[in-house]
Amino acid sequence: MKKIFFILLIVFLNTNLNAAVKIDITRGNLEPLPAAVSDFYIDNPEKFSEGIKKLNLESNLPKVIKNNLKRSGLFYILDKKSHIQKPKLSHLKPRFEDWSLIKAQIMISGKIKIDEKGRLRVEFRLWDVVSAKEIEGLALFATPKSWRRIGHIISDKIYQRMTGEEGYFDTRIIYVAESGPKDRRIKKLAIMDQDGANNKFLTLGNELVLTPRFNPNSQLVTYMSYFKNLPRVYLLNIETGVQEIVGDFPGMTFAPRFSPNGNKVIMSFAKDGNSDIYTMDLKSRVVEQLTSHPSIDTSPSYSPDGRFVVFNSDRSGFQQLYVMRSDGRKVKRISRGKGLYGTPVWSPRGDLIAFTKIFKGKFYIGVMRTDGSGERLLTENFYQEAPSWSPNGRVLIFYRETAARKKGVGASSKLWSIDITGYNEVKLKTPSDASDPSWSSLLSK
Amino acid sequence: MSLKNIKNLILVVFLGFLLTACATSSRKPGKDYYTGSDTVKFLASGVPDRVFFATNRSSLHSGAKGTLNKQAAYIKSSGISVVVEGHADERGTREYNLALGERRANAVKDYLMSQGVASSKITVISYGKERPVNPESSRLAWSQNRRSVTVKSK
Repeated sequence: MKKIFFILLIVFLNTNLNAAVKIDITRGNLEPLPAAVSDFYIDNPEKFSEGIKKLNLESNLPKVIKNNLKRSGLFYILDKKSHIQKPKLSHLKPRFEDWSLIKAQIMISGKIKIDEKGRLRVEFRLWDVVSAKEIEGLALFATPKSWRRIGHIISDKIYQRMTGEEGYFDTRIIYVAESGPKDRRIKKLAIMDQDGANNKFLTLGNELVLTPRFNPNSQLVTYMSYFKNLPRVYLLNIETGVQEIVGDFPGMTFAPRFSPNGNKVIMSFAKDGNSDIYTMDLKSRVVEQLTSHPSIDTSPSYSPDGRFVVFNSDRSGFQQLYVMRSDGRKVKRISRGKGLYGTPVWSPRGDLIAFTKIFKGKFYIGVMRTDGSGERLLTENFYQEAPSWSPNGRVLIFYRETAARKKGVGASSKLWSIDITGYNEVKLKTPSDASDPSWSSLLSK
Repeated sequence: MSLKNIKNLILVVFLGFLLTACATSSRKPGKDYYTGSDTVKFLASGVPDRVFFATNRSSLHSGAKGTLNKQAAYIKSSGISVVVEGHADERGTREYNLALGERRANAVKDYLMSQGVASSKITVISYGKERPVNPESSRLAWSQNRRSVTVKSK
């Protein structure tokens, strides 16, 4: 088994807790924080092989950081051309007047070298320009080809330092890559870094695949496949490529997700026109039936403590959201507004449930508290659904389709993200059309 | 323009509305199933392969039952086995639509069995909203896509 990546060591150089600049992410950020990300400087260029030189890490590594901070909506990145001080001095002894002149409130500098073992050593410093202090400093070691992940980890450190919350940049998205006409759509599982880099297809497109979801603790993914025209829930190890069917159900299984500890898959099983919710323990193979109702029960999602399950049922006559204990008892309806509700997903923070709402021919992504109160709709569109949470519970990713004209002309499906404040709606770049995104946990945790 | 011409024009416009209304059927809840013949194929001569459903419904209207009576008679007389595919339109969440397609396919299976077709002759599969027959985003297309299709097993 090949290790995708390794970071040997993170050395804290400095952490100053008394910074003047802070970001409050609980409110919509209308005024992003002006930030300057200096180019990094190369300490020992003579040790750089031709291959590593070509990566232009001195500007491309800061670029990864800049893109992350910018897409978070919390930072305004100042144009590199406006920087007065050179990268080396910025890192060793910044002239804060120079940075405050261009209105930067924070400045990020860095140094890159190849150490005696051939590893990439990246050191970065986060400077509070306003109070003229270093507020964070770290050195990271990794294999040179993992340089983008270093950029993501640095981004997470900056985000954490500025907001007081964990970041979400050192993560990946698994999704369904779509191509071909709408009535004969080809769908493949694909995975990429959260910024769209390192896109990779995991299946060939020979059979229809839907709704991949990450295990919160490992390299396992659960998804639905029409392999041999038998629609069933599968597991896929994304490191080894090994696939396996989940359980031995005499009918369609779908809408899978992992339990928070990753030991169980919760899903729907459809039999004789009725869909109920089941779990299967991946070690013992024990199957449990959680709901038993003649209505459609689907889209189950565990609370992060594993004690409850939120799901979608039409037992009232229409799609609504329900919460039950994870043993299937004490079912309670939580959605109360007008319209239909689907695809509930419990926030990793435990405080909110994200959902899709259908009302008067429009589709909304929204959040509500776990008892159904405090419903807030974040975005309205022709068609969008299937939100998935960033690991820090601050951002939702979902997919959005455009209306098609005759013969399907104009149809498209793209991934979007939005902050739960309702601000910062961003379209993600994917090599093809895309749907059914699922956000991983932080990789370095 | 004379009064008579205007009357004729109004009549033409009115008839036009009626025709559209017939093709997509009604917009009333539970009544917006497709009643036209576009997209319909045949299991055998005179035996349509599909029936249509109203939004979010899986109940069979009388026209659908007429079609299924023909299918049942044909399946029994020919001895073939069939697959009933259940489909939904694109105006629902993917996972719910998978369940809805399954429910529709089973509504057809149950009806065929009530007409004397052996359970062992019928398998069902749901495609949810994954395989629309009409890729347009319109009420007409959605009504054509809310369907079950009966095909011969391979």
